[in-house]
Amino acid sequence: MGAQLRVYRRRIRSVSATKKITRAQELIAASRIVKAQQRVAAAKPYADELTRAVSAVATFSNAKHPLTEANPGATRAAVLLVTSDRGFAGAYNSSAIKAAEQLVELLRAEGKEVERFVIGNKGIGYNRFRGRELAGEWNGFSDNPQYSDAKKVAGALIDAFVLPTADGGVDEIHIVSTEFESMLTQNAVAKRVLPLVVEDTDEEPTGGAFPLYEFEPSAAGVLDALLPRYVESRIYNALLQSAASEHAARRKAMKSATENAEDLIRTLTRLANNARQAEITNEISEIVGGADALADATAGSE
Amino acid sequence: MAELHVELVAADRKVWSGEATIVVARTTDGDTGIQPGHTPVLGVLESGPVTIRQADGTTIVAAVHGGFISFANNELSLLAEIVELADEIDVARAERALERAGAEKDAAAERRADTRLRAAGVGH
Repeated sequence: MGAQLRVYRRRIRSVSATKKITRAQELIAASRIVKAQQRVAAAKPYADELTRAVSAVATFSNAKHPLTEANPGATRAAVLLVTSDRGFAGAYNSSAIKAAEQLVELLRAEGKEVERFVIGNKGIGYNRFRGRELAGEWNGFSDNPQYSDAKKVAGALIDAFVLPTADGGVDEIHIVSTEFESMLTQNAVAKRVLPLVVEDTDEEPTGGAFPLYEFEPSAAGVLDALLPRYVESRIYNALLQSAASEHAARRKAMKSATENAEDLIRTLTRLANNARQAEITNEISEIVGGADALADATAGSE
Repeated sequence: MAELHVELVAADRKVWSGEATIVVARTTDGDTGIQPGHTPVLGVLESGPVTIRQADGTTIVAAVHGGFISFANNELSLLAEIVELADEIDVARAERALERAGAEKDAAAERRADTRLRAAGVGH
């Protein structure tokens, strides 16, 4: 076998092996998207009810709560970035990181100091490589987050929020995560979680206008208990959406990798056939040439 | 008999929903019974059992760990991070957890285990 042909055959083998891996990754990701989507849906009733309760208290009570009041003189902000632990997910991590960098730029332009909190090895690695100090980092649950994970992260953020600014606390909390829109579209978005964004609108809240609630023990007491849960639930939701997006992005990236491998195998097979044919043609012309020469030699001697 | 609609919701799933005639839960101010037509209320729950009595006389007991109760327009929502129906609770495991928490002086774990046992009707 010629050297050329051998090289082609070797490349075909290695690309086929890669294709098998990417195909397997694609199938795994595809099966996990459905589960991740179901978990997003399962967590929705709690998030909705909690949002409604928070809106109800915020609407009716004139309770001044540090968690609801926008601080015009905010000087420090926390940014929580949600990335994945593993790569192979196309632009998923880079677009989340890019969105976070833009938000940080924006906050800096407003004269705020930024504390970074990062979830996921990819985001941690990105920041560590740049020698940045992280206020908090978590990993190990990006593809299957539990409520307790969200609670852990929320705890650290709320602690930072409650701490006076002068002692290293923060005045605002932002989350950068990836929203799962569909199998094909996921968007990196930045949202402010605290202080709550108060919207003046004439629209009726979902489920009708709020009745005049009696609060037990008191509006402020309810708000005190509600808001940490609300932050946890927001973070939990961000984690679940990000996990679903991660799987969807991975499936898409692996699908195109598999297709590329197929293309490559096709091209290489053509080239290998070509080389084989050239080799055969070469051999035939050598044999024919040899036979001719032999025939000429015997004809001459007679 | 008038009924109210109950939604029992945990952070990661909807645990139970249906109609009931009375729901008894423990708020920070003490036990509250809610029947149809109750005034709208939004309260903070203590960890403890919640009892839902249905029109046919059957009762459903659930262990609720913290959370909130909100009632308006004849719809009652009970929200908590962890909600377990009484028949989902593994009594033996909760008892072991209670002992261990007592030995380790882990107040939060002890309360959790105690709540489970009370909801399961073992009582302490």
